[in-house]
Amino acid sequence: MTLHSAVKGKLLAVIGDEDTCVGFLLGGIGEINKNRHSNFMVVDKNTAVSDIEDCFKRFVKRDDIDIILINQNVAEMIRHSIDAHTQPIPAVLEIPSKDHPYDATKDSILRRAKGMFNPDDIH
Amino acid sequence: MSTGKDKLAIFPSRGAQTLMKGRLKGAQKGHSLLKKKADALQMRFRMILSKIVQTKTLMGEVMKEAAFSLAEAKFTTGDFNQVVLQNVTKAQIKIRTKKDNVAGVTLPVFESYQDGTDTYELAGLARGGQQLAKLKKNYQTAIKLLVELASLQTSFVTLDEVIKITNRRVNAIEHVIIPRIERTLAYIISELDELEREEFYRLKKIQDKKRIAKGKAEVIRLQRKEEMLELEAKNMLEGDDEDILF
Repeated sequence: MTLHSAVKGKLLAVIGDEDTCVGFLLGGIGEINKNRHSNFMVVDKNTAVSDIEDCFKRFVKRDDIDIILINQNVAEMIRHSIDAHTQPIPAVLEIPSKDHPYDATKDSILRRAKGMFNPDDIH
Repeated sequence: MSTGKDKLAIFPSRGAQTLMKGRLKGAQKGHSLLKKKADALQMRFRMILSKIVQTKTLMGEVMKEAAFSLAEAKFTTGDFNQVVLQNVTKAQIKIRTKKDNVAGVTLPVFESYQDGTDTYELAGLARGGQQLAKLKKNYQTAIKLLVELASLQTSFVTLDEVIKITNRRVNAIEHVIIPRIERTLAYIISELDELEREEFYRLKKIQDKKRIAKGKAEVIRLQRKEEMLELEAKNMLEGDDEDILF
């Protein structure tokens, strides 16, 4: 990491349903850069999986994003892309959405953790 | 025995032996140090893992509360989704990265901070202002928690990688490098012993030869002496005889 990027504040990105995005935007993480690229993506039931995947990959490539928040049901759709992302930065966090409760067994990180320790340690 | 795989290619000599002994010491020291490092990392790793699990469950609750307050705000204010989505300008919450050091491994630690003013200051001015303020607060709490979780998760991924590498090194030293050095040492010692035996045998042989040669020389000398004595005696007799004749 260069000194330059360490000084500059990094962003959070959100991929999720409308309500999740609205909530986090009100929390104050939304930003639109000079090229009119936003750091969030609203997914509804008509959004194509390939669009989500492209968006996720774009967020991963952007060097001003350090954390990507993604709804777990959306993450489930592009699971292979998330599993393929093994770099520590940006960190991909799966969050529960309004109508899908959080399921720890689906989380990429926790699944990796399960492989190393017995399940009793985890819960 | 003489293939390059199971021992180092080195000439068996005293110097090489000392060198190998030094190397063995070094390898053992490195092994114990790496093992300590791996243990330290493992300890940290388990700590982080349990923290992750805790925070993840906490996150579920916080997110639920946040989503509920969103519904509350919507109920009082009416639908404001599009207004919020359209009015994005600059991020208010940003992330700083710090470095944490565990046994020589740098782990990134994220930290959120406020930067700039609230874009949605005027949202909910007409009605539902209180609900909106609560909503914002709830989501900010959620963001803080998520940032914390993100640093834990990043540490987790980094540590996982480093632990794997360290364990691989520990195993390589334990099962490849140290046995190889030990085999080389054994080879050098056996070669040196053989040389010594050879040397000893040669000395003995030379002593033997010398003794035999000495014995032979003695025999010859004695023979010569006897011959000389006989010759002298004969000569004396002959000389006398001649003298007597004339």
